[in-house]
Amino acid sequence: MATFYGTAVESRLMLGTALYPSPAILAEAVRASGAGIVTVSLRREAAEARAGQAFWEMIRALGVRVLPNTAGCHSVREAVTTAQMAREVFGTDWIKLEVIGEEDTLQPDLFGLVEAARILIADGFKVFPYTTEDLVAARRLVDAGCEVLMPWGAPIGSGQGLVNPYGLRTMRAHFPDVTLVIDAGIGLPSHAARAMEMGFDAVLLNTAVAKAGDPVAMARAFARAVEAGRLACEADPMEPRDMAAPSTPVMGKAFLG
Amino acid sequence: MTIILNGEPRAVAAATLEAALAELGYGGAHVATAVNGDFVPRDARAGVALREGDRLEVLAPLQGG
Repeated sequence: MATFYGTAVESRLMLGTALYPSPAILAEAVRASGAGIVTVSLRREAAEARAGQAFWEMIRALGVRVLPNTAGCHSVREAVTTAQMAREVFGTDWIKLEVIGEEDTLQPDLFGLVEAARILIADGFKVFPYTTEDLVAARRLVDAGCEVLMPWGAPIGSGQGLVNPYGLRTMRAHFPDVTLVIDAGIGLPSHAARAMEMGFDAVLLNTAVAKAGDPVAMARAFARAVEAGRLACEADPMEPRDMAAPSTPVMGKAFLG
Repeated sequence: MTIILNGEPRAVAAATLEAALAELGYGGAHVATAVNGDFVPRDARAGVALREGDRLEVLAPLQGG
């Protein structure tokens, strides 16, 4: 089980709720993934449409925890206000804190992220910061009171997997007691399995499932990959080596030359 | 007076945020509000007076990643 601010959650797969072909497929994909936590957001509500109400009722019926995000926020003020609004609407003090700093890569603004995290933690939030593998920023976030860090694997929606395995390995080694979640960039179940093999506590993904030809089947595939990767991590994988080492015993081999 | 509701100008007669939400059709809706970029908690809406040109954001749950 992974622990997020003292809350143990069975599944190590966290799923985003955007971009699905239909609400019914979203609901089925969440169930197939076994995810215990799904991400949600806040957007402008038209008085007549009440689209948000219907969505919220559907999510509540799934019986999963929600992790609201501050997606699309580019300033500390925007992110903090969005977090406060999310806390009231979703009834949770969990917040996936995103402060976007760069348009092409949707790279987090680490300076704004640390500042916003400090403000929100002082206000009683449990912050899940969307960050990079930068160790200095990670240290500042942990010092600010973050018990969970969510480094990117690759830019959001890119599906490239873990583009900086060295940086991520280093981060895992530096923060053995912090809950680390690979958030963003995962495109395939093998990427998720690799993250889990490397010792990350969980993965968060959205597009890889939502934009698959069959999102429900892909959700199931990710559930198995995450479970396999975690099992492998707990089983203590062998060290790779450059030279061959025979696996079949040499002793007792016949001399037939 | 005219306020900016979710980016669009709207005429309202109500003087407070709570009354304006009802007038604009949000009565009973599960939404969060901000005025001029500051969060206004549900319990505080009745005590917040709206002024000409105020920017009101009314947000609700939506899909997110």
